[in-house]
Amino acid sequence: MKKVGIIGYGITPFSKDDQKIETILLNSTKELFKNNPKINRKDVDAVLISTNNNSKYLSPVLSEMAGIQPNVAHTIESLCNSGTNSIVSAYSYIASGLADMVLVSGAERYDSPGQILEWDNSRGEFKHPIFWASIFAKSYKREYAISDEELAVVSVKNHKQAKENPNALSNKTYSIEDVLNSKKLTDDLRLLDCSRPCTGGASIILGSEEKVNQLSENPVWVTGIGQKTISAGFTKNISFSSMESSKLAGQAALKMADKNIENIDVAEIHDAFSVCEPMALESLGFSKDGKGTNMVKELHETNNFRINPRGGLIGTGHPLGATGIAQTIEIAQQLQLNAGNRQTDNPQVGLVHNMSAAATSSTVLVLEK
Amino acid sequence: MSFEDKLTEGKFCIPECDECKKIVWPPSEICSHCFGNVHLKDGDFEGKIIEFSRQKEQFFCIVEFENTIRIMAKISDTPEIGKNVKILKCGISDGDYFFQVI
Repeated sequence: MKKVGIIGYGITPFSKDDQKIETILLNSTKELFKNNPKINRKDVDAVLISTNNNSKYLSPVLSEMAGIQPNVAHTIESLCNSGTNSIVSAYSYIASGLADMVLVSGAERYDSPGQILEWDNSRGEFKHPIFWASIFAKSYKREYAISDEELAVVSVKNHKQAKENPNALSNKTYSIEDVLNSKKLTDDLRLLDCSRPCTGGASIILGSEEKVNQLSENPVWVTGIGQKTISAGFTKNISFSSMESSKLAGQAALKMADKNIENIDVAEIHDAFSVCEPMALESLGFSKDGKGTNMVKELHETNNFRINPRGGLIGTGHPLGATGIAQTIEIAQQLQLNAGNRQTDNPQVGLVHNMSAAATSSTVLVLEK
Repeated sequence: MSFEDKLTEGKFCIPECDECKKIVWPPSEICSHCFGNVHLKDGDFEGKIIEFSRQKEQFFCIVEFENTIRIMAKISDTPEIGKNVKILKCGISDGDYFFQVI
């Protein structure tokens, strides 16, 4: 397989704005080309769109609006991990030699239809994500004797980190008490435990080794990819206190990159809800089972941004189709020492964890300088 | 009759493959194990509560039947993990399945 790296990226602020999906796609694409004037649009071989929006033919639409005539043009949808699925597709086109340069653009509106998986009737009338999140939280707390206060630290930490991210939906900080006293959605979930759907876009260009070396002064390489889908239905999860698909995807990505979890300096973790962060940290091997909240607490108390530096989904907002791409951009920025006030201490290896539908499916990427 | 036809009548059936005899869940007319045809078993099935939470005054729980089928259902009484329950009410409302156990 050929080597694949990141050439450039662009991102929009995440907001509650009422914008057309085509406009959101174009805005982050425009940012990308403004940030990287050396990229010739004629050399873009493929344009891949990541969204749950129901509008059709979005890749040809974006291509036309951005003055690109790609060979390959199509949309990729996989609920909340559409973004990294699209990056994996871009990687595959390049690694196989079918393309040398691929634009991946992700976008979502605040009212995305991807929030509810209508097909999953085993959830009965409890199809909204707050119900699976409540079951995860209850099960995780029971299994490891974890308190609501310990879980609330995830939200406190990630809102604090999002405050340093100019594109984040939230620019407020909260205390543990604020989280615990926020609106009670269920016995096991408060409003501030949740990531919020929003409007936002993120675009990235991946390229072959030759293109990356030619166009990027600060190359970042995609060295590991792992993916696993266990099921589509939430109730098929074997455990509600761990993430099997994330565990398997993480192992595969690390193996491909020839790295151990100890080598990962900085990571984006799919904290759709507070409980997801410690669960994912444990399933990926960053911490022992049941000890993820200890790690979160220590990171928060030492002001260490190495997990979810951009503020996670909870602080940044969750425009489904853009999330995995925004996570990947953050890790690229971290590795390039270009993350402003969020910069972690000279990271060499980073990881992206992006999942969908109650961790029924996960994608993990390893990125290196 | 399909699983959904039965559910519309308020009956919860268990889909089972004619050929490999395995339970097929979520309900489908084709077996996910061997692609065989699926029939529906009637019965007064007993399930077990494996997790629960509560929204306002309404408890909701995950119930497992035959060690295979899991559904999310309403329950009136305070749930207990491992407690055996049966379907009290089920059906389809506005396109969504609903289940209540007791």
